[in-house]
Amino acid sequence: MRSQIIKRNIMEVLTIVLMLVFLFPFVLVVINSAKKSSEIVISPISLPTQWGQLFVNMGNVINNQNFNYWNSFFSSVLITLVSLFVITLFSSMAAWILVRNKTKWSDTIFLILVAAMIIPFQVVMLPLLSTFREISDFTGIRLLQSYKGIVFAYLGFGGSMSVFILHGFIKSIPYSLEEAARIDGCKPEQTFFHVIMPLLKPIQMTVLILNGIWIWNDFLLPSLMLGLNGKIKTLPVAVTSFVGSYVKQWDLILTAAFLAMIPIIILFLFAQKQIIQGMVEGAIK
Amino acid sequence: MDINIQRRSSIAIIALGIVSVVVAMILNFGGGQEGYRGYLLIGGLLLCMGGLYVLPTRKHRQIINVLFLLPLLFAFAFTVIIPFVFGVFYSFTDWNGIKFDQFVGLENYITMFTSQDYVYSLLITIVFATINILLVNFVALSLALLCTSKIKGRNFYRAAFFVPNLIGGIVLGYVWQFIFNKVFTSLIEGSMSMLTDPNLAILAIILVSSWQYAGYIMMIYVTGLQGVPRDVLEASSVDGANSLVTLFKIKIPMIANTFTVSIFLTLVNSFKQFDLNLAITNGGPSRILNGFSILSTEFLALNIYKTAISKNQYALGQTKAVVFFILLAIVSLTQVVISKKREVEM
Repeated sequence: MRSQIIKRNIMEVLTIVLMLVFLFPFVLVVINSAKKSSEIVISPISLPTQWGQLFVNMGNVINNQNFNYWNSFFSSVLITLVSLFVITLFSSMAAWILVRNKTKWSDTIFLILVAAMIIPFQVVMLPLLSTFREISDFTGIRLLQSYKGIVFAYLGFGGSMSVFILHGFIKSIPYSLEEAARIDGCKPEQTFFHVIMPLLKPIQMTVLILNGIWIWNDFLLPSLMLGLNGKIKTLPVAVTSFVGSYVKQWDLILTAAFLAMIPIIILFLFAQKQIIQGMVEGAIK
Repeated sequence: MDINIQRRSSIAIIALGIVSVVVAMILNFGGGQEGYRGYLLIGGLLLCMGGLYVLPTRKHRQIINVLFLLPLLFAFAFTVIIPFVFGVFYSFTDWNGIKFDQFVGLENYITMFTSQDYVYSLLITIVFATINILLVNFVALSLALLCTSKIKGRNFYRAAFFVPNLIGGIVLGYVWQFIFNKVFTSLIEGSMSMLTDPNLAILAIILVSSWQYAGYIMMIYVTGLQGVPRDVLEASSVDGANSLVTLFKIKIPMIANTFTVSIFLTLVNSFKQFDLNLAITNGGPSRILNGFSILSTEFLALNIYKTAISKNQYALGQTKAVVFFILLAIVSLTQVVISKKREVEM
């Protein structure tokens, strides 16, 4: 019995030490965001002499022309929220149709969507740019350096995995529910919005989280579609463009990193259980 | 409402939609520059869809089928399928990102496999992926075992280990660049930054990538370990098995499926590594091989990006991307085959 308690204590200490090692980079970000450049050079691991410097640095970074924190923050929020909305709505609609209509067509479409999940972004990114540019020139609908273009792209890239996850879930919903609704005089679209959509909430949460974390942190797609120095920037793009213009100014770069991390950390504090669960469930499927 | 009125008005809406689409297309083909022609096209299409939706007909169900599938498939076709087909096609041409003049057959593929930087990049990616997979899974499994043991505050630790995963690789990469260049060098007096040595720089990326990804894979192992039936574990402790024996003889064999999932996830993730690579080293430092100067930490994804975007060799970059896709497809198909085999055995 005694040895078991000792063992448990050792494990506990070990876990705490590991946790500190894991979180140490974040500590470094916070303490160095509150220092002047000269102070960082002297000692990057000591506590800052004046925490007030944090707000001075934040003010400098937020108002910086290359970073433009509030603009990029709201661009990121807008792009993420609108993309999530269209992905979730249209994937649910498509998945429902694909489950409930068993034809050669629906099977083929589903197969193509699933197979497309292995296509890496790199293989489509260059032709994507030229395709979008040509569509813009031809129709006059601006797709590059515009919100609608990037949301459209996220719908295309996020759609296949979302349909796949939703498809598996909808299959488990008894068809008799829909038959009952039909006998009660529901049109198919009413059945979907009033009967099926409410049932999909838990799995839609998974879809939202998986896509949300990806879109919020994504760098390559917005950097190519919006440009590193375009009018619209997402946070990761803004950080990169900021770093590019202040090569060695670590006080400002770390403050920018700090500001970029804050929103998602706050979100995580409120919804950690759902976030972890969503990301893990999505991966296992 | 009178069904005839409804029918007539929906047909009118569809007709209006068709007219505006036709007008928009005439403007498009006529090389028009009017800004409204885009809205005319979209508006027309929406009118057609709306008209079909309200059209009273026996085929309402079929119309709904098409309307529900259309938005997603439309976006999917234009962002994935069409660019993919064009991408494969362009790899056989002298495409410059905008247009191509002629077919070059396999020339791009030959150039690619005979260029030092690509072969090096391929090899270094395989080295990185191998070490990364082993390290991530080792760390993740150890953390998972700790986080499923009887210690207090397990959920808190799990959340803490998971945090690095929430932040994008770009931001984390810059933070770690700072840590390698400023913090570690100040801790060890007079030492050079790891990022200036080719081998240590790769190790640096491996460390960060494991740090970032381990918490995620840990949660997958935790899910697996929680699935091990409690009575089996109790039986083994009654039989006097110590914790090491329990681990190797019971826990690990029982979560074999979890291993497959985790290893393939890390494998695909390692091959696709881009953000950290860009932000920590951006490919550097240079290494001299056979008298050539080669960027020592440029993994495949970054190599593709730089070939196309920085060096402006679009056709070559696209060719590299096609090969990249084939590599990943082989990996994914292998996983499917292995998982299917397991399922049959179970």
